[in-house]
Amino acid sequence: MRPFILGAVAYDPKVVTIWDGFKLYFEANGLSFDYVLFHNYERQVEAHFAGVIDVAWNSPLAWVQAQRIATRLGRRAQAVAMRDTDQDLTSVVLVRTEGPATIADLTGRRIGVGAMDSPQATLLPLLQLAERGLDVHPDHPNVVRHDVLVGKHGDHIGGEREAVRALLHGDVDAACIIDGNLAAFTQEGTVRAGALRVLATTPAYDHCNFTVLDGTATRPLTRFLALLHGMSWGEADTRRLMDLEGLKAWRPGRTTGYSALDRACTRFGTADAFVAQQVARG
Amino acid sequence: MTRRRVVDLTGARMDQGAALIVRHALADMGPGDEVRVVGDDASLVPTLRALARALGAPFTVEADGACVLGASTHPDGRRTGGMLVPTAPADHAHPRWGLAARGTLVEAGGPEFAFPLAEKRAVWTDELARLYAQAAAAQWDPATAIPWAEPRCDDDAVEAAVVQVMAYLVENETAALLVPARFCAQVHPHFREVLQLLAIQTADEARHIEVFTRRAGLEAPRGPGPAPMPPLSTVGGQTSLKSLVDEPDFALASFLLSVLGEGSFLSLLRFLDRYAPDAVTRAVARLAAQDEARHVAFGLAHLERQTALDPSLRPQLAAAVHARHDALAHTAGLNAEVFDALVLIAGHQPNRPAWDPVGIATGWNAVQELIAEMDAGRQVRLRRLGFSGAEAAALSALHTRNFM
Repeated sequence: MRPFILGAVAYDPKVVTIWDGFKLYFEANGLSFDYVLFHNYERQVEAHFAGVIDVAWNSPLAWVQAQRIATRLGRRAQAVAMRDTDQDLTSVVLVRTEGPATIADLTGRRIGVGAMDSPQATLLPLLQLAERGLDVHPDHPNVVRHDVLVGKHGDHIGGEREAVRALLHGDVDAACIIDGNLAAFTQEGTVRAGALRVLATTPAYDHCNFTVLDGTATRPLTRFLALLHGMSWGEADTRRLMDLEGLKAWRPGRTTGYSALDRACTRFGTADAFVAQQVARG
Repeated sequence: MTRRRVVDLTGARMDQGAALIVRHALADMGPGDEVRVVGDDASLVPTLRALARALGAPFTVEADGACVLGASTHPDGRRTGGMLVPTAPADHAHPRWGLAARGTLVEAGGPEFAFPLAEKRAVWTDELARLYAQAAAAQWDPATAIPWAEPRCDDDAVEAAVVQVMAYLVENETAALLVPARFCAQVHPHFREVLQLLAIQTADEARHIEVFTRRAGLEAPRGPGPAPMPPLSTVGGQTSLKSLVDEPDFALASFLLSVLGEGSFLSLLRFLDRYAPDAVTRAVARLAAQDEARHVAFGLAHLERQTALDPSLRPQLAAAVHARHDALAHTAGLNAEVFDALVLIAGHQPNRPAWDPVGIATGWNAVQELIAEMDAGRQVRLRRLGFSGAEAAALSALHTRNFM
């Protein structure tokens, strides 16, 4: 009998360590489990609809893609679980301390963003600026993208660090990053105290989720979710895995935190070509 | 009753560590307690939102822009199931204590370290703290402690003898560096005093190697003219030292090196301090002897404790001397060059030729006294370890003729 197969994107070598550890944990607790790593989220979403995997560890953009494809195909995508740290994130638009005072002051200025497919460092902050009246989109000539590892939907921190460095060097006038990286870049010394200022903050949004499609076998899925929720940060064996994945508790999946990204995809046409291609394949 | 603490960060900057103040305020909060944070830094909200996520703490922003953080729902995760390392040395050091300081709590789930010497009885002596403090206080600087500018002996034969003895000392001190260095990496760091003492012993030997090498001028650039005959490193000498370097057992290595080898060396260094023809050689010998005396004291204290706890160790020590003697039986022992050099050094009188028969006879007698003194010293130390007078005399007689 086929094991319950998870798909994940290899955005970092530690991904192997993480899912090898989860595999041991699941199998020690009676769930026959395996995983497949993909180079990028588009191949993962495609494989999901092709039935190669049972559950996908999806970025927020991969979720929107899957959800749109499912709707167009008359199928149903469901977010079944997420990390506590996937909920209620924000992104910030940073400027130099002496830089623009308002969003309107960014008109005609260069805005540094992350990779073209990064929800947190490109799509969501640009949506925030666009909805506040600024003429921007990911392909706008004033938008300076830092396309590090395109296809990994911004999971790699590199694009955001490059955007901040460009801001500090004066190559751009604003930089968009996730809130957690603001503190991280300050602590690691990339940003010295007093150099930058938060110009705008996005509304809260959600990040990754475990996505399943209609027709997923109920019994292994139920066991998978029960084992996830049974993990405790207070227990050494599971804490090691939870620390690697960056969470303290698993939460039930929710989709309310993706509405802004869905609007961004609509406004910028981000997912259109990929979704159309997948729908055409059926 | 739930508590609500207010933290006012007005004027404080989030990019200058203000989040630490919030973490501190949260530290003793229980379930349902809250910390309300106000401030005027534009990055207050995104920074504290990220902090709350990382801590697993509930987070809300109030209408006036204040942030409210709840107590973390996982406050003690890293302390649950941890191992408390005792403040006093334990009888057995657990592999999972790893490199942790005594008195700390080691988070569960960490790696296990395979330190072979993890039993207190195998490494400990109550003298450790005193010997370490003494060693740390007695460190000397080779650059300033030795009168390097003082002239060497103007007799070429005696100078060559000094160089030969220095070369011999260097290879012996190299063995004396390698042995504690190897065991230093095998002792469980829980017994930090043992590590510290072995480390400082290793550093002592590094310094000895430096000053003996420099005194010999072995690595100094040579001027024009024929190069003098290089000093000899013999098969017998190196074979004897190899048996020390290869000894895998800490107690046996400590016995052979410190109690017998360095103990004998102490006599040799004092001999050089007394007879060497120049101030530099006398100084390097005197300073090295100070250090070696400590090494002998540690080896002796460690083995005194061990033999008291485990009398069966004594026959093992005796067997090690026999085994080493048998293994070296086919070698020549102390090389003639070193023996002759010592005779020449001890017999040298200023303004008399090196090969003067009276001087040679004087030197010969002095070296015979040295050998007798080494033997007597070994017997004293062996008796301290509980060997009878007869056993001590027999074992001392079997000690390598290479001195170390």
